[in-house]
Amino acid sequence: MSSAFHSWSQFWAMGGYGFYVWLSVCVALLVMSVLVGHSAHQRRHLLTMIVTKQDREQRILAAKKRKQNAGAKS
Amino acid sequence: MWKWLHLLAKPDRLYRLCGQWLPWLAVATACTLAFGWGWGFVFAPPDYQQGESYRIMYIHVPAAMWSMGIYAAMAVSAFTGLVWQMKMSDLVARAMAPIGAAFTFIALVTGSAWGKPMWGTWWIWDARLTSELILLFLYMGIIALYHAFDDRRAAGRAASILILVGVVNLPIIHYSVQWWNTLHQGSSGLLQQAIAPEMRIPLRWSILGYLLFFITLTLSRLRNLLLLTEQHRPWAREIAHQEIKK
Repeated sequence: MSSAFHSWSQFWAMGGYGFYVWLSVCVALLVMSVLVGHSAHQRRHLLTMIVTKQDREQRILAAKKRKQNAGAKS
Repeated sequence: MWKWLHLLAKPDRLYRLCGQWLPWLAVATACTLAFGWGWGFVFAPPDYQQGESYRIMYIHVPAAMWSMGIYAAMAVSAFTGLVWQMKMSDLVARAMAPIGAAFTFIALVTGSAWGKPMWGTWWIWDARLTSELILLFLYMGIIALYHAFDDRRAAGRAASILILVGVVNLPIIHYSVQWWNTLHQGSSGLLQQAIAPEMRIPLRWSILGYLLFFITLTLSRLRNLLLLTEQHRPWAREIAHQEIKK
Protein backbone atom coordinates (compact mmCIF):
# COMPACT_ATOMS: atom_id res chain seq x y z
CA MET A 1 0.00 0.00 0.00
CA SER A 2 1.38 3.42 -0.89
CA SER A 3 0.78 6.84 0.60
CA ALA A 4 -1.78 9.09 -1.08
CA PHE A 5 0.66 12.02 -0.76
CA HIS A 6 4.08 12.54 -2.30
CA SER A 7 5.50 14.94 0.26
CA TRP A 8 4.87 16.32 3.73
CA SER A 9 3.89 19.72 2.39
CA GLN A 10 1.29 18.04 0.22
CA PHE A 11 0.05 16.16 3.25
CA TRP A 12 -0.32 19.35 5.32
CA ALA A 13 -2.02 21.16 2.42
CA MET A 14 -4.66 18.40 2.05
CA GLY A 15 -5.33 19.43 -1.54
CA GLY A 16 -6.19 22.98 -0.51
CA TYR A 17 -8.57 21.89 2.23
CA GLY A 18 -5.87 21.92 4.92
CA PHE A 19 -7.54 24.52 7.10
CA TYR A 20 -10.84 22.62 7.34
CA VAL A 21 -9.28 19.18 7.76
CA TRP A 22 -6.77 20.23 10.42
CA LEU A 23 -9.38 22.34 12.19
CA SER A 24 -11.51 19.20 12.55
CA VAL A 25 -8.56 17.15 13.73
CA CYS A 26 -7.57 19.76 16.33
CA VAL A 27 -11.11 20.15 17.68
CA ALA A 28 -11.60 16.38 17.97
CA LEU A 29 -8.24 15.81 19.69
CA LEU A 30 -8.75 18.80 21.98
CA VAL A 31 -12.23 17.69 23.10
CA MET A 32 -11.04 14.11 23.65
CA SER A 33 -8.01 15.18 25.68
CA VAL A 34 -10.16 17.53 27.80
CA LEU A 35 -12.43 14.57 28.62
CA VAL A 36 -9.50 12.34 29.54
CA GLY A 37 -7.82 15.11 31.53
CA HIS A 38 -11.01 15.92 33.40
CA SER A 39 -11.54 12.27 34.38
CA ALA A 40 -7.95 11.94 35.61
CA HIS A 41 -8.10 15.23 37.51
CA GLN A 42 -11.43 14.29 39.08
CA ARG A 43 -10.00 10.99 40.24
CA ARG A 44 -6.97 12.59 41.94
CA HIS A 45 -9.23 15.20 43.52
CA LEU A 46 -11.63 12.56 44.89
CA LEU A 47 -8.85 10.40 46.32
CA THR A 48 -7.19 13.30 48.17
CA MET A 49 -10.59 14.48 49.42
CA ILE A 50 -11.38 11.06 50.89
CA VAL A 51 -8.00 10.88 52.64
CA THR A 52 -8.19 14.42 54.06
CA LYS A 53 -11.74 13.88 55.29
CA GLN A 54 -10.78 10.68 57.04
CA ASP A 55 -7.70 12.27 58.62
CA ARG A 56 -9.89 15.10 59.89
CA GLU A 57 -12.39 12.68 61.41
CA GLN A 58 -9.59 10.85 63.16
CA ARG A 59 -8.17 14.10 64.51
CA ILE A 60 -11.60 15.08 65.88
CA LEU A 61 -12.00 11.67 67.52
CA ALA A 62 -8.54 11.91 69.08
CA ALA A 63 -9.26 15.40 70.40
CA LYS A 64 -12.52 14.21 71.97
CA LYS A 65 -10.71 11.37 73.67
CA ARG A 66 -8.07 13.73 75.04
CA LYS A 67 -10.80 15.99 76.42
CA GLN A 68 -12.56 13.07 78.10
CA ASN A 69 -9.32 11.89 79.66
CA ALA A 70 -8.51 15.39 80.88
CA GLY A 71 -12.02 15.68 82.35
CA ALA A 72 -11.67 12.36 84.18
CA LYS A 73 -8.37 13.41 85.77
CA SER A 74 -9.48 16.76 87.17
CA MET B 1 -25.10 -15.53 35.02
CA TRP B 2 -27.33 -13.97 37.70
CA LYS B 3 -24.64 -14.38 40.31
CA TRP B 4 -22.28 -12.55 38.01
CA LEU B 5 -24.77 -9.73 37.57
CA HIS B 6 -25.17 -9.41 41.32
CA LEU B 7 -21.44 -9.03 41.69
CA LEU B 8 -21.63 -6.09 39.28
CA ALA B 9 -24.15 -4.45 41.58
CA LYS B 10 -21.60 -4.40 44.40
CA PRO B 11 -19.72 -1.08 44.18
CA ASP B 12 -16.35 -2.32 45.41
CA ARG B 13 -16.35 -5.29 43.02
CA LEU B 14 -17.42 -3.08 40.14
CA TYR B 15 -14.67 -0.59 40.99
CA ARG B 16 -12.00 -3.27 40.96
CA LEU B 17 -13.34 -4.83 37.76
CA CYS B 18 -13.21 -1.43 36.01
CA GLY B 19 -9.66 -0.96 37.25
CA GLN B 20 -8.60 -4.33 35.82
CA TRP B 21 -10.03 -3.58 32.38
CA LEU B 22 -8.93 0.03 32.09
CA PRO B 23 -5.25 -0.30 31.09
CA TRP B 24 -5.99 -2.91 28.39
CA LEU B 25 -8.85 -0.90 26.98
CA ALA B 26 -6.78 2.28 26.98
CA VAL B 27 -4.01 0.59 24.98
CA ALA B 28 -6.52 -0.95 22.57
CA THR B 29 -8.17 2.46 22.08
CA ALA B 30 -4.88 4.21 21.32
CA CYS B 31 -3.78 1.50 18.86
CA THR B 32 -7.11 1.27 17.03
CA LEU B 33 -7.53 5.04 16.70
CA ALA B 34 -3.94 5.51 15.53
CA PHE B 35 -4.35 2.70 13.01
CA GLY B 36 -7.71 3.87 11.66
CA TRP B 37 -6.78 7.53 11.46
CA GLY B 38 -3.29 6.84 10.14
CA TRP B 39 -4.71 4.67 7.37
CA GLY B 40 -7.53 7.08 6.62
CA PHE B 41 -5.40 10.21 6.56
CA VAL B 42 -2.28 8.94 4.82
CA PHE B 43 -3.04 5.85 2.78
CA ALA B 44 -6.67 6.03 1.70
CA PRO B 45 -7.03 7.48 -1.82
CA PRO B 46 -8.55 10.94 -2.35
CA ASP B 47 -12.22 11.17 -3.30
CA TYR B 48 -12.94 11.88 -6.97
CA GLN B 49 -15.48 14.59 -6.07
CA GLN B 50 -14.40 15.98 -2.73
CA GLY B 51 -10.61 15.61 -3.07
CA GLU B 52 -8.82 15.46 0.26
CA SER B 53 -11.56 17.20 2.24
CA TYR B 54 -13.47 13.93 2.62
CA ARG B 55 -10.84 12.82 5.16
CA ILE B 56 -12.83 14.76 7.76
CA MET B 57 -15.16 11.75 7.47
CA TYR B 58 -12.79 9.67 9.64
CA ILE B 59 -13.39 12.10 12.50
CA HIS B 60 -16.94 13.15 11.78
CA VAL B 61 -18.80 9.93 10.99
CA PRO B 62 -17.70 7.85 14.03
CA ALA B 63 -18.42 10.80 16.37
CA ALA B 64 -21.87 11.28 14.85
CA MET B 65 -22.66 7.56 14.96
CA TRP B 66 -21.65 7.14 18.58
CA SER B 67 -23.30 10.37 19.66
CA MET B 68 -26.51 8.44 18.97
CA GLY B 69 -25.15 5.07 20.09
CA ILE B 70 -24.12 6.47 23.46
CA TYR B 71 -27.55 8.00 23.87
CA ALA B 72 -29.16 4.61 23.20
CA ALA B 73 -26.81 2.92 25.70
CA MET B 74 -27.60 5.64 28.23
CA ALA B 75 -31.33 5.11 27.67
CA VAL B 76 -31.03 1.35 28.29
CA SER B 77 -29.09 2.03 31.45
CA ALA B 78 -31.55 4.68 32.65
CA PHE B 79 -34.47 2.35 31.96
CA THR B 80 -32.83 -0.43 33.96
CA GLY B 81 -32.21 2.00 36.79
CA LEU B 82 -35.81 3.19 36.81
CA VAL B 83 -37.50 -0.20 36.55
CA TRP B 84 -35.24 -2.40 38.68
CA GLN B 85 -34.04 0.36 40.99
CA MET B 86 -30.42 -0.49 40.38
CA LYS B 87 -28.18 2.23 41.77
CA MET B 88 -25.30 1.26 39.52
CA SER B 89 -27.38 1.79 36.36
CA ASP B 90 -27.95 5.41 37.28
CA LEU B 91 -24.24 5.85 37.77
CA VAL B 92 -23.44 4.22 34.42
CA ALA B 93 -25.85 6.55 32.62
CA ARG B 94 -24.34 9.49 34.47
CA ALA B 95 -20.82 8.42 33.49
CA MET B 96 -21.82 8.25 29.81
CA ALA B 97 -23.51 11.64 29.49
CA PRO B 98 -20.42 13.90 29.19
CA ILE B 99 -18.83 11.54 26.65
CA GLY B 100 -21.98 11.61 24.53
CA ALA B 101 -22.07 15.40 24.74
CA ALA B 102 -18.41 15.58 23.67
CA PHE B 103 -19.00 13.28 20.68
CA THR B 104 -22.04 15.31 19.62
CA PHE B 105 -19.98 18.48 19.85
CA ILE B 106 -17.20 16.93 17.74
CA ALA B 107 -19.77 15.78 15.16
CA LEU B 108 -21.29 19.26 14.91
CA VAL B 109 -17.99 21.16 14.68
CA THR B 110 -16.33 18.79 12.21
CA GLY B 111 -19.55 18.67 10.20
CA SER B 112 -19.45 22.44 10.06
CA ALA B 113 -15.80 22.43 8.94
CA TRP B 114 -16.72 19.91 6.25
CA GLY B 115 -19.84 21.80 5.19
CA LYS B 116 -18.01 25.08 4.56
CA PRO B 117 -15.82 23.87 1.66
CA MET B 118 -18.43 21.41 0.28
CA TRP B 119 -21.76 23.23 0.69
CA GLY B 120 -20.44 26.77 1.00
CA THR B 121 -21.88 27.34 4.44
CA TRP B 122 -20.83 26.61 8.02
CA TRP B 123 -24.37 26.04 9.20
CA ILE B 124 -27.84 25.58 7.81
CA TRP B 125 -31.05 24.97 9.74
CA ASP B 126 -31.96 21.74 8.05
CA ALA B 127 -33.37 18.62 9.68
CA ARG B 128 -30.17 16.62 10.21
CA LEU B 129 -28.11 19.47 11.64
CA THR B 130 -30.92 20.84 13.80
CA SER B 131 -31.85 17.47 15.29
CA GLU B 132 -28.19 16.78 16.09
CA LEU B 133 -28.00 20.19 17.79
CA ILE B 134 -31.07 19.23 19.84
CA LEU B 135 -29.21 16.07 20.86
CA LEU B 136 -26.39 18.26 22.21
CA PHE B 137 -28.93 20.32 24.20
CA LEU B 138 -30.48 17.10 25.53
CA TYR B 139 -27.07 15.91 26.74
CA MET B 140 -26.41 19.28 28.39
CA GLY B 141 -29.85 19.23 30.03
CA ILE B 142 -29.20 15.73 31.38
CA ILE B 143 -25.80 16.72 32.80
CA ALA B 144 -27.36 19.83 34.34
CA LEU B 145 -30.12 17.73 35.95
CA TYR B 146 -27.56 15.44 37.57
CA HIS B 147 -26.01 18.50 39.21
CA ALA B 148 -29.30 20.20 40.08
CA PHE B 149 -30.24 17.95 43.02
CA ASP B 150 -28.38 17.44 46.28
CA ASP B 151 -29.95 13.99 46.59
CA ARG B 152 -28.20 11.77 44.05
CA ARG B 153 -31.03 9.24 43.84
CA ALA B 154 -33.57 11.95 43.03
CA ALA B 155 -31.18 13.45 40.47
CA GLY B 156 -30.71 10.02 38.91
CA ARG B 157 -34.46 9.48 38.60
CA ALA B 158 -35.14 12.91 37.13
CA ALA B 159 -32.30 12.61 34.63
CA SER B 160 -33.38 9.07 33.67
CA ILE B 161 -36.86 10.31 32.80
CA LEU B 162 -35.42 13.10 30.65
CA ILE B 163 -33.12 10.55 28.95
CA LEU B 164 -36.07 8.29 28.11
CA VAL B 165 -38.16 11.18 26.78
CA GLY B 166 -35.24 12.29 24.62
CA VAL B 167 -35.06 8.89 22.91
CA VAL B 168 -37.72 10.19 20.51
CA ASN B 169 -34.98 12.35 18.97
CA LEU B 170 -32.90 9.34 17.85
CA PRO B 171 -35.11 8.14 14.96
CA ILE B 172 -35.62 11.76 13.97
CA ILE B 173 -31.85 12.23 13.56
CA HIS B 174 -31.43 8.92 11.77
CA TYR B 175 -34.29 9.34 9.28
CA SER B 176 -33.98 13.11 8.90
CA VAL B 177 -32.07 12.68 5.65
CA GLN B 178 -34.94 10.63 4.19
CA TRP B 179 -37.95 12.45 5.61
CA TRP B 180 -36.90 15.97 4.68
CA ASN B 181 -34.93 17.66 1.93
CA THR B 182 -31.51 18.35 3.30
CA LEU B 183 -28.02 19.33 2.23
CA HIS B 184 -26.64 16.48 4.28
CA GLN B 185 -25.92 13.39 2.25
CA GLY B 186 -27.99 10.27 2.75
CA SER B 187 -27.03 7.30 4.85
CA SER B 188 -24.25 5.10 3.47
CA GLY B 189 -25.98 2.08 4.97
CA LEU B 190 -25.69 0.68 8.47
CA LEU B 191 -22.37 -0.95 7.53
CA GLN B 192 -21.27 1.85 5.17
CA GLN B 193 -21.75 -0.43 2.13
CA ALA B 194 -22.03 2.58 -0.21
CA ILE B 195 -18.42 3.62 0.46
CA ALA B 196 -15.53 2.18 -1.58
CA PRO B 197 -13.66 -0.54 0.36
CA GLU B 198 -10.30 1.28 0.42
CA MET B 199 -12.01 4.16 2.24
CA ARG B 200 -14.45 2.02 4.21
CA ILE B 201 -11.99 -0.21 6.03
CA PRO B 202 -10.13 2.64 7.77
CA LEU B 203 -13.51 4.20 8.53
CA ARG B 204 -14.57 1.01 10.30
CA TRP B 205 -11.35 1.03 12.32
CA SER B 206 -12.02 4.62 13.33
CA ILE B 207 -15.56 3.69 14.33
CA LEU B 208 -14.20 0.85 16.45
CA GLY B 209 -11.60 3.21 17.93
CA TYR B 210 -14.27 5.71 19.00
CA LEU B 211 -16.28 2.87 20.56
CA LEU B 212 -13.26 1.72 22.56
CA PHE B 213 -12.57 5.31 23.59
CA PHE B 214 -16.15 5.58 24.82
CA ILE B 215 -15.96 2.31 26.79
CA THR B 216 -12.61 3.21 28.36
CA LEU B 217 -13.78 6.63 29.44
CA THR B 218 -17.11 5.30 30.72
CA LEU B 219 -15.31 2.85 33.00
CA SER B 220 -12.91 5.50 34.23
CA ARG B 221 -15.73 7.98 34.95
CA LEU B 222 -17.82 5.23 36.53
CA ARG B 223 -14.93 4.56 38.88
CA ASN B 224 -14.89 8.24 39.87
CA LEU B 225 -18.64 8.20 40.49
CA LEU B 226 -18.31 5.05 42.63
CA LEU B 227 -15.65 6.78 44.74
CA LEU B 228 -17.86 9.86 45.05
CA THR B 229 -21.02 8.03 46.14
CA GLU B 230 -19.21 5.55 48.39
CA GLN B 231 -16.64 7.91 49.90
CA HIS B 232 -17.54 7.02 53.49
CA ARG B 233 -17.28 3.27 52.99
CA PRO B 234 -14.19 1.43 54.21
CA TRP B 235 -13.32 0.04 50.75
CA ALA B 236 -13.19 3.51 49.21
CA ARG B 237 -11.03 4.80 52.06
CA GLU B 238 -8.69 1.87 51.72
CA ILE B 239 -8.25 2.50 48.01
CA ALA B 240 -7.73 6.23 48.55
CA HIS B 241 -5.00 5.55 51.11
CA GLN B 242 -3.28 3.06 48.85
CA GLU B 243 -3.37 5.35 45.82
CA ILE B 244 -2.28 8.53 47.59
CA LYS B 245 0.67 6.89 49.30
CA LYS B 246 2.01 5.54 46.00
